[in-house]
Amino acid sequence: MRKLVAGWSAAALTAFLFLPWQAIEDGFFGFGWVRDYPDDRSASALFYALAFDRPWLWGVLPFVALGGVALAFPREDRRFGQLLIAAGLGGIGYTFLQGFAIGITGLQWTWLAPLIGQIETSQYGFGWGATIVLFAFLMMTSLGVAALGYFRGDAFIAGSVIVSTALILAFVFFPIATMLAGAVTDEHGNLAFDLFWRRFFADDIWELNCLVGGPRCGVVFNTVLLGVLTGALSTLMGLAFALVVVRTGLPWRKGLRALTILPIITPPFVISLAIIVLFGRTGIVTWFLEVAFGIPPSRWIYGLPGVLISQLLSQIPVAFLVMIGVVEAISPSLEEASQTLGASRWQTFRTVTWPLLRPGLAAAFLLGFVESLADFGNPLVLGGNFDVLSTKIFFAIVGAQHDPGRAAVLAILLLIMTLGAFWIQMRWLGRQSYVTVTGKGDSGLSAELPRTLKRVLYWTTIPWAAFTLITYAIVIFGGFVRDIGRFDLEFTWRHYLDAFRVELTERGMFFSGSAWDSLMTTIEVSAISAPLTGIMGLLVAYILARTKFAGQRTFEFLTMLSFAIPGTVVGVSYIVAFNVPPLELTGTGLILVICFVFRNMPVGVRAGMAALSQIDKSLDEASLTLGARTATTVRRVVMPLLRPAIVATLVFSFVHAMTAVSAVIFLVSARHNMATAYIVGRVEAGEFALAIAYSTVLIGVMALAIVIIQLGVGRRQLGRRGQQTAAALGGH
Amino acid sequence: MTKSTTKKGPASVEFRNVTKRYGTVAAVSDVSFTIEPGTLVTLLGPSGCGKTTTLRLIAGLEIATEGQIRIAGEDVTNLSAADRDVSMVFQSYALFPHMNVLDNVAYGPTVAGQKKSDAYDLARQKLALVGLKDYDLRLPSELSGGQQQRVAVARALTMEPQVLLFDEPLSNLDAKLRRRVREDIRDLQRDLNLTVAYVTHDQQEALAVSDRVIVMSNARIAQMGAPRELYEAPASLFVADFMGDSNLIDATVERVSGDQALVKIGVTSLELPSRGTKPGPCKVSIRPESLSVTASVPQGPAIPGTIRKAAYLGTHMEYTLAAEIGELFVVDRDVANPKPVGSTAYLALARTGVSIVPST
Ligand SMILES: Nc1ncnc2c1ncn2[C@@H]1O[C@H](COP(=O)(O)OP(=O)(O)OP(=O)(O)O)[C@@H](O)[C@H]1O
Ligand SMILES: [Mg+2]
Repeated sequence: MRKLVAGWSAAALTAFLFLPWQAIEDGFFGFGWVRDYPDDRSASALFYALAFDRPWLWGVLPFVALGGVALAFPREDRRFGQLLIAAGLGGIGYTFLQGFAIGITGLQWTWLAPLIGQIETSQYGFGWGATIVLFAFLMMTSLGVAALGYFRGDAFIAGSVIVSTALILAFVFFPIATMLAGAVTDEHGNLAFDLFWRRFFADDIWELNCLVGGPRCGVVFNTVLLGVLTGALSTLMGLAFALVVVRTGLPWRKGLRALTILPIITPPFVISLAIIVLFGRTGIVTWFLEVAFGIPPSRWIYGLPGVLISQLLSQIPVAFLVMIGVVEAISPSLEEASQTLGASRWQTFRTVTWPLLRPGLAAAFLLGFVESLADFGNPLVLGGNFDVLSTKIFFAIVGAQHDPGRAAVLAILLLIMTLGAFWIQMRWLGRQSYVTVTGKGDSGLSAELPRTLKRVLYWTTIPWAAFTLITYAIVIFGGFVRDIGRFDLEFTWRHYLDAFRVELTERGMFFSGSAWDSLMTTIEVSAISAPLTGIMGLLVAYILARTKFAGQRTFEFLTMLSFAIPGTVVGVSYIVAFNVPPLELTGTGLILVICFVFRNMPVGVRAGMAALSQIDKSLDEASLTLGARTATTVRRVVMPLLRPAIVATLVFSFVHAMTAVSAVIFLVSARHNMATAYIVGRVEAGEFALAIAYSTVLIGVMALAIVIIQLGVGRRQLGRRGQQTAAALGGH
Repeated sequence: MTKSTTKKGPASVEFRNVTKRYGTVAAVSDVSFTIEPGTLVTLLGPSGCGKTTTLRLIAGLEIATEGQIRIAGEDVTNLSAADRDVSMVFQSYALFPHMNVLDNVAYGPTVAGQKKSDAYDLARQKLALVGLKDYDLRLPSELSGGQQQRVAVARALTMEPQVLLFDEPLSNLDAKLRRRVREDIRDLQRDLNLTVAYVTHDQQEALAVSDRVIVMSNARIAQMGAPRELYEAPASLFVADFMGDSNLIDATVERVSGDQALVKIGVTSLELPSRGTKPGPCKVSIRPESLSVTASVPQGPAIPGTIRKAAYLGTHMEYTLAAEIGELFVVDRDVANPKPVGSTAYLALARTGVSIVPST
């Protein structure tokens, strides 16, 4: 531990002395600055303080030194820990204060002027130097906290909790707080609560008269109705698919597994487009119904039915991924035990299997509910007059109204609903814990499912799988014909060539297709953010599931917060918060990565916690007492057992980074454009076919990525007896 | 069995006024004790009295709320588990389900950075020590309960720890195996000269294997001492009762001289260690086997009584007698001449197994 303290103090000092303190204009990973170093943009804090008229940066140095002073005391001495904490927290506090106080136009906090004088020197966002110094301060704080015996004296856990809390505060809490401040202020920045209440109780939010035959309901009723339907139906279907794949002998059930993954790797709009092609006024099914049964074409698909169907198409596979981990982890010996106690198959299912499924069901429902609330791609295309909160927020910001205050009020509502869902989930599950993967070797074969249940499962999953297949056939087909929306079915390569042309010139390959830039950026950003999301999410899950500390509830709430915020709001809040120093990130690729990591992390946390709740805690403890540090324990014991959860998290975050649109649409820039934003542009321009063609390519990329992830992470081997004949474990 | 000693030798474990609270409930409250190097100490007590918590405090899996913990004389109170030279065998064994036997046992040395081949050699050596050869490539799920238990022990031994902890290691085993395994553990402890802390709630097991026993009750230490001391001279009614069958009888201390007291039990009088009692009424604990039953009046002082119940248990008889001083439970080796229920019998007191129980 003393070595670590010395190391981080040295790192902070080095960064202070030598690394560029401010953000460089060509981004974090541009190295053009080396040429002019140290000039007015690229100097280290030391040079700024000495030569560039920024004396306040001297103030960081004492805190760095304080970390070194701590080393004068032995570890057992309480002063060792206390000094480190003082150095760390003080350093972070001071660095941020000066960052906020002095910005691009000099002194921002004008009330400070009488105290320290007027400052004209401008200061930009934090760069490498400041980032490393801040991180070192965080580590000093963590080491100090661990030295005082908190977090079981475990520096790794202390560090993880403190660093992830800091990151979450900075990238989830801070932007939202900044934006919500807009909900209670008028355009001049004054507090205006009456305005807030007027916005909050507006009629178009709370109206319920559709229940008594009126024309339409308020946006809250619509949103909740859609969320509950999507959550419940997707959970049931996800469970059905999981049971079919794990517990029945249906031939091709592996294929079913692959098929159900398809919809989540589908970019937004695409399913909606396919649904329009099938059920719209000129759609294939509509035409068939008219010819065969004389049913006149109508616009029934625009509204709740269409949005619900497309949300289900994308949400069922997510629920399936969650449920399959849970179903697989149910120890067969528990069911065997029940059967040897004389229970019938049905009784076993009801009294043993079902209660063990409940945590997973709650997780899947919550996921479906919240995803439905946050989705705005499908309501945008198919919603018609059916308003939901996310589209209302979107239009409040980008529409003609441009009323961020109203958007913030709607966002608060959405937040309340999502937190309500969490609360219900907690109440339902109570404090029961289900440990079924114990350190004791487990053996046995899964119980057969009752026959009626099996029949019901087949009758629901197979038609849905077929429907999914048809939807995708439409998508793939649509890229190769002139205009599928108008039944112009002449074969053509045109759409693909427009997007992905590659020309061979004498200077090598030239990617002249219009989509290449956005595709490359998308792949890069997704590939960077997925592993970061996985690490962050599972680490937080491990901390939450395996340690107890004061403030744990708050910590859990913070980690889940980003889940509760719809993408549109995140996008706007990021623009508001990160457009000015000290955290100046708009226009960079980094802001996209950060956005994805913190938006997708909660899924990793949930998946990890669900999986960890089934792995006996004494396994970790055994590893600790065998001299493995927590980091090693996590790597060698926890991670291998969490493989299904890791796969789920990596797949989810990669895929969501590739297909996300709601937050991204606000954050892309000319230099860093994303595929989905590009596709939205095509859709708006009416180029459906190009959009479909591009989407097909994205699907191909994602399918490939999923295969790579599954091969890379591998399967979990627990060696249950009869494993070969029983259900297969882990991914394929 | 190969003989080897641990690298640093066994260490002492010392608790100084240690308290562990979860919220407001104290799981361990103001506990102080010392485990001498190279001894096996059991923590014994009823469910929920804080044994596991005490063990976890030694391991570093819990951090004490108050007080100090020292291992080998060094303050480890705030050290994390990985930084303490302590290994633990868990009640559930906690074998890593995704590793085979050899990888499980080699885990400690491997994460400590030893070469894979060295780690495996060490692991094989420890597996031989616990009598488990030729199981290297099996997964834990493919072993019997007893075999899993031995793998867990072998795994803990590879660390050659200064202190080895066992949390109810036998509770998943059948009675026969229990006796054998507990003897194996004791032999290992002696051969390797280990400091061992051992949690159990089975007093027989505690008496059989320990150098010293710490009896806990309600998060506190009720008594500690050698097995014989605890059994023959329980310090409180709780310990007397918990350490096996005992007749708790009202008696009178007639006089105290030095550390001896003359105690009148019914018609008989006995010289017993006074244990701080004053003349006057007191409680006396009499172990069932310290009373000998005869059908005819024996020589010397004897308590008359009537046999109420008799049971034949193969190796001995158990009688319940109604006597003037109360109901008495007696064990008699003489199975050849059972005494009929309803008959009169005479009870003589042996020297051992009778003690004054100080009132607390
Ligand atoms: N993590 C915890 N949070 C709250 N209370 C706890 C926790 N762990 C233990 N306790 C409480 O502390 C007390 C002592 O627990 P401990 O596990 O040490 O008992 P024990 O003597 O090992 O019992 P047993 O023989 O049943 O295993 C119990 O009352 C228990 O409920
Ligand atoms: Mg216990």
